[in-house]
Amino acid sequence: MSILIRGGRVLDASANLDGVMDLLIDAGKIVSVGGDAAETACQREGSTLSTPLEVIDAHGLLVVPGLIDIHTHLREPGYEYKESIMSGSAAAVAGGFTAIACMANTNPVNDDAAVTKYILDKARAVGLVQVFPIGAVSVGLAGERLAEIGELNQAGVVGISDDGKSVMNSQLMRRALEYAGMFGLPVISHCEDTQLAAHGVMHEGRVSTELGLRGIPAQAEDIMVARDIALAELTGGRLHIAHVSTVGAARLVHDAKARGLCVTAEVTPHHLFLTDEAVRGYDPNTKMYPPLRTAADVEALRQALKDGTIDAIATDHAPHDLADKEVEFDQAPVGIIGLETSLPLTLRLVNEGVLTLTDAIAKLTWGPSQVLGLAKGTLQVGADADVTLIDTQTEYVVDRREFCSKSRNSPFHGWTLKGRAVMTLCAGKIVYSRGPERITSMSAPAGQRRTRGRRGRKSSGT
Amino acid sequence: MTFTRKDILGTQEMNASEITYLLDATESFLEVSTREVKKVPTLRGKTIINLFYEPSTRTRTSFEIAGKRLSADVINISNSSSSAAKGESLKDTALTLAAMAADVIVIRHPASGAPHFLAHHVPSAVINGGDGTHEHPTQALLDLFTIRQRKGALAGLRVSIVGDIAHSRVARSNIFAMRAMGMEVRVCGPASLLPMQVESLGVHACTDLDTALCDADIIMVLRLQLERQEKGLIPSLREYSQLYGLNLTRLAQAKPDVLIMHPGPINRGVEIAPEVAEGPYSLILDQVANGVALRMALLYLLTGGPGL
Repeated sequence: MSILIRGGRVLDASANLDGVMDLLIDAGKIVSVGGDAAETACQREGSTLSTPLEVIDAHGLLVVPGLIDIHTHLREPGYEYKESIMSGSAAAVAGGFTAIACMANTNPVNDDAAVTKYILDKARAVGLVQVFPIGAVSVGLAGERLAEIGELNQAGVVGISDDGKSVMNSQLMRRALEYAGMFGLPVISHCEDTQLAAHGVMHEGRVSTELGLRGIPAQAEDIMVARDIALAELTGGRLHIAHVSTVGAARLVHDAKARGLCVTAEVTPHHLFLTDEAVRGYDPNTKMYPPLRTAADVEALRQALKDGTIDAIATDHAPHDLADKEVEFDQAPVGIIGLETSLPLTLRLVNEGVLTLTDAIAKLTWGPSQVLGLAKGTLQVGADADVTLIDTQTEYVVDRREFCSKSRNSPFHGWTLKGRAVMTLCAGKIVYSRGPERITSMSAPAGQRRTRGRRGRKSSGT
Repeated sequence: MTFTRKDILGTQEMNASEITYLLDATESFLEVSTREVKKVPTLRGKTIINLFYEPSTRTRTSFEIAGKRLSADVINISNSSSSAAKGESLKDTALTLAAMAADVIVIRHPASGAPHFLAHHVPSAVINGGDGTHEHPTQALLDLFTIRQRKGALAGLRVSIVGDIAHSRVARSNIFAMRAMGMEVRVCGPASLLPMQVESLGVHACTDLDTALCDADIIMVLRLQLERQEKGLIPSLREYSQLYGLNLTRLAQAKPDVLIMHPGPINRGVEIAPEVAEGPYSLILDQVANGVALRMALLYLLTGGPGL
């Protein structure tokens, strides 16, 4: 397909680009960026373009590289009642994402090539986002022996992680960092000292004392972050800290980077906005790991995003069925969904003056791409035509019944947010679109512009 | 003041005037339990369900007697004999009971927040009979009533709560209510049984029993919540008893007119010696007697009885 995206404000952190200009896409790649894109299109019209040119009117919209979420749980194979690769992909494109990485805690666990291949084939068949599987560190996530990481690498994983569980055995973590390092694969660490965290359901602090809920001290995370950084130093492996949530962890990552270690980190949108006060009322949609912490932690995480300590915003999208979540707080499974609220919440950070718009978009595009070495997150000529168009002005109220995800476990239901993705293009194909018709065809004679139908419906959730 | 709450979920949300109102209401019902025919027709035709997911002697019996003395129809459901044993969820149980038009559901449950969950899903009035380690509001209210009955006024009294504070819903409910009434509260126990930032609740914390006993007007002793603890919080019951057990010798440190309370059940010889539990300064059985009257008052007010 050939598409000219016209008149939008193009923002590309990788190229230091910020301005109103056109973008030309052809055969799944970015062909031209900047003032001459429209001219190039006209010149090529009818001769070298792969199909007749479609024009997307992007006036008033932000045009950015397709968003990337490096931490999601797609639940397939094994837990399709919570989410599938299809519904997860639909949720992703509705949220403006063109690439997502999915964790290995499926059933069966993604600890071998067969499961990796299954996921890749399924994602290809669905044809919405590009899915990058993350393989397991240990066989069956049991934390005992290494999975066949070489085979997983060949099958196409972009990193390894036992996320969902913690690698408590330091010797195993050491070996994982060494071994994965051979293939340039990052080890993504879910930092939780499970004994310290023992049966905790929220952050241990003043609020947990009042609510009579067992708490997880911040140190349960900090201890493992410190351990993993020490092991990264020992082995020279690539370490990525998942879902950082504490002052202590942010400080440790900052210091590690200052010493030149190969450590990266991500944070979830919910840890940038919610504290343990949100747990009052016992809504299980406020139960996740790591738990919601204190205002001081939120502030430290925002600062860490700002100063580059944290490289990426990643949702840890964790779908859970309504029947599973709608129980007593102690019994509820941990985790919330996030693909469809990540971008608006990130934009809220801009509106609150925490990040510049360029920085915020970078944390959702270039930053995550660099962490996993994906060669995406950019609009430079020759890059994959993954593009997201964002309306930054419209306010709306989050209604979880409209989510494309199969699951509804979000604490942001009812929030008024400003800004969202209105069109998502993956590999040069429109995979999601909402709002007024923006597409016209250039090949019609002047005065007879045809409007094409919308590509890519948002699927109706249950 | 008119009583407008749909549920009684905790004392944390109550202020001094509301607590005073409830204690005053309790006075009116004390007399019924002294009659030969212990019955008034006030709640005739009302349905009260005791939904107890944890064992209980005094709370459940107290609610049952309170309901029956008010002429209500009282049904007891325990989780072992209900479909909860077949895995039925709390939500479905709640919807089922609501469909049978229960006027009041009294719930005791091992998960903190369970009564809030229930109240969210049913139109019935919900009374928290103890949720996990969170609150046990009716216990705190009857405790305050008992203190007021003996001491006349509450403000300015010094209370020391001794024991497993971290896992005690009785401690929390009492702390919230006592602070609202202007009482001074000290909590005492081993460091591993004092919850994080407990002083943010407005109490003083100490780990030495003698300090807690000194100058206290009331000593409230708590049971070690062995069923709620992980292993290893204290080295042994023997050590706990030596350091924190209240016996006559330790009691010599306290004021001569000190009063002893315990929500029950007691572990004789562990946190409290039998001579202390049964001695002249003990209010333990008064607590039980007052509990019935307090629960009658709450049932009456929640089912819309006109102001007393």
